[in-house]
Amino acid sequence: MSMSGRPAPPPYPPPQAGEGKLISPPVRAGQGKEEAAVEITGLHKWFGEFHVLADINLKVGRGERIVICGPSGSGKSTLLRCINRLEDFQRGEIVVDGMALTRDVRRVDAIRREVGMVFQHFNLFPHLTVLENCTLAPIQVKGMPKRKAEEHAMHFLERVKIPEQAGKYPNQLSGGQQQRVAIARALCMSPKLMMFDEPTSALDPEMVKEVLDTMVALALDGMTMLVVTHEMTFARQVANRIVFMDAGQIIEVNEPAPFFASPQHERTKLFLSQILH
Amino acid sequence: MDAPTAAAAPTTESAALAYVRTAPAAAVSPPLATAGVLAWLRERLFPNLSSSLMTIVIVLLLIWIVPPLIDFLIVNATWTGSDREACLATAERPVAGACWAFIGDRFAYLMYGSYPIAGRWRVDLFFAMLAFGTAWLLWLEAPRRDLGAVYFFAVLPVTSFVLLHGFEAIGLPVVDTALWGGFTVTIVVAAVGIVVSLPIGIVLALGRRSELPAVRLLSTLFIEFIRGVPLITVLFMASVMLPLFVPESWSPDKLLRALVGVALFSSAYMAEVVRAGLQAMPKGQYEAAHALGLSYWQTLRLIILPQALTVTIPNIVNSYIALFKDTTLVFFVGIFDFLKTIEVARADPNWATPVTSATGYVFAALVYFVCCYAMSRYATGIEKRLSTGERR
Repeated sequence: MSMSGRPAPPPYPPPQAGEGKLISPPVRAGQGKEEAAVEITGLHKWFGEFHVLADINLKVGRGERIVICGPSGSGKSTLLRCINRLEDFQRGEIVVDGMALTRDVRRVDAIRREVGMVFQHFNLFPHLTVLENCTLAPIQVKGMPKRKAEEHAMHFLERVKIPEQAGKYPNQLSGGQQQRVAIARALCMSPKLMMFDEPTSALDPEMVKEVLDTMVALALDGMTMLVVTHEMTFARQVANRIVFMDAGQIIEVNEPAPFFASPQHERTKLFLSQILH
Repeated sequence: MDAPTAAAAPTTESAALAYVRTAPAAAVSPPLATAGVLAWLRERLFPNLSSSLMTIVIVLLLIWIVPPLIDFLIVNATWTGSDREACLATAERPVAGACWAFIGDRFAYLMYGSYPIAGRWRVDLFFAMLAFGTAWLLWLEAPRRDLGAVYFFAVLPVTSFVLLHGFEAIGLPVVDTALWGGFTVTIVVAAVGIVVSLPIGIVLALGRRSELPAVRLLSTLFIEFIRGVPLITVLFMASVMLPLFVPESWSPDKLLRALVGVALFSSAYMAEVVRAGLQAMPKGQYEAAHALGLSYWQTLRLIILPQALTVTIPNIVNSYIALFKDTTLVFFVGIFDFLKTIEVARADPNWATPVTSATGYVFAALVYFVCCYAMSRYATGIEKRLSTGERR
């Protein structure tokens, strides 16, 4: 498809964001329903006494790409992990695709089926082949017939450009390949939202690009994405909005161009001056 | 990204500092270490004075022990004969060695105990089925090992019971367990311990890691109580106390009581082995499975247990070896296991000679050694496989 031999990524649909309100999602053309992909209101989370997330409000529109950045320990990963309930939270509300996240196990499972997640350390299943990694959840969770799940998986492995590795075990692949398998594995569940938790932080420098390219291609296809990353080039290129977090709070939200050109909050300015040398 | 500019021509001043490779390094085989038998001997056996002395002492020790042992077990041994006369020292043969004729004569008793001769094919069939199931499970490349597990953990126990105990409806006469004996009983006790302890151990290990306090407390209590008590105590409790808990008319079979005791005991140990394996699983595996929408039980069955059990195979086998030898203790609650049949056979007046007891015990040691060493070798093989990178 459009993925191979692409010299420079074509322009992304410009978000037609409303002025002033930082938290409103851009309304994209051709979207009938106004339901957000994710809507987080008044979210608070404590680890014991430690207030790890404080008063988080964020609305992610369908098809929107949001990059979350901030210093380590600022609660970025925890926020992602609250959305698919890998972490519990004490106060507030998260609505994913119209479903409110409750403690009800069935509801949690239903939401997890809609939300794909890619981890920093890949977390592939080492005892299963690449293909089995990709077909496991569709077969077990969705009840897809094995043959169909394999075709489906091969389709996504082709999209991340490693169909020839389908029969290998994860430990036989490079880090970049493993992370692409992890992306394919999440895509096999046909999620409505993809979350990336520092997907390139554990990779050798030479392998970062292949993973980012895969993510750019995914963005081009209109996938709703929530990405925690320090890859500012990627953020500039792909994000509709950038969320900056510190000390468990959202400090600033803006579109990439103004975010980098004229950050408003002092903390944001400091952070950007540290990472953009 | 910028193209690397390192290949630019160095200026004359920095020529000594800069470097550009013009041809790839040639592949060279590694230097030969010390070679030859003599070099090996010197390096391994006589590298310095203290090691040389140690080598000499050990060689002397072996010279002192091994030849008499060979004399007794093989050179002077009696291989044929029908009663004690064959194994006695005579004028022509002043030193009598091991009396293998005795083992040969009583071999059937050592294997089957008092199991009726007409029904011994049932025991043989049981052995064959057990060997088949064991091979299926232990051979990691075997086809359909999931079916193998079903066979081993579900089909085998039922058919073994029908075969050994009998089932009148299909024409197999019932053989009272009081007649069972010898190696058969040892294998039955060990097999029941092995087959039962793994699933119960897994359940207990999961229970001990459960988030539900009641489940966790019960599992922990059970494990710690059983582990804090010697097996012989558990066996006595099972054989004396079990009848108190069930209706009198239902009075459980003596062998069954011992089996329950052994199974409970080995389950508690297995639980700790499995728990160690579960703890070795990275949290990311659970998270990835949950993020994909797999339920708790699916995560356990498909992701966690296959990996946790594979890493713990050496430890599991280690427990099995301990269990196999511990089965000898059932003889204290009146069960005719292999060791007990040796005890009985060696007291047989037909074979009473000065060497009968020694021969019997040597034979017992050999049998236990062969079984345990086989298990140990298997565990070592698995361990090697796991450590040599090809981690599946």
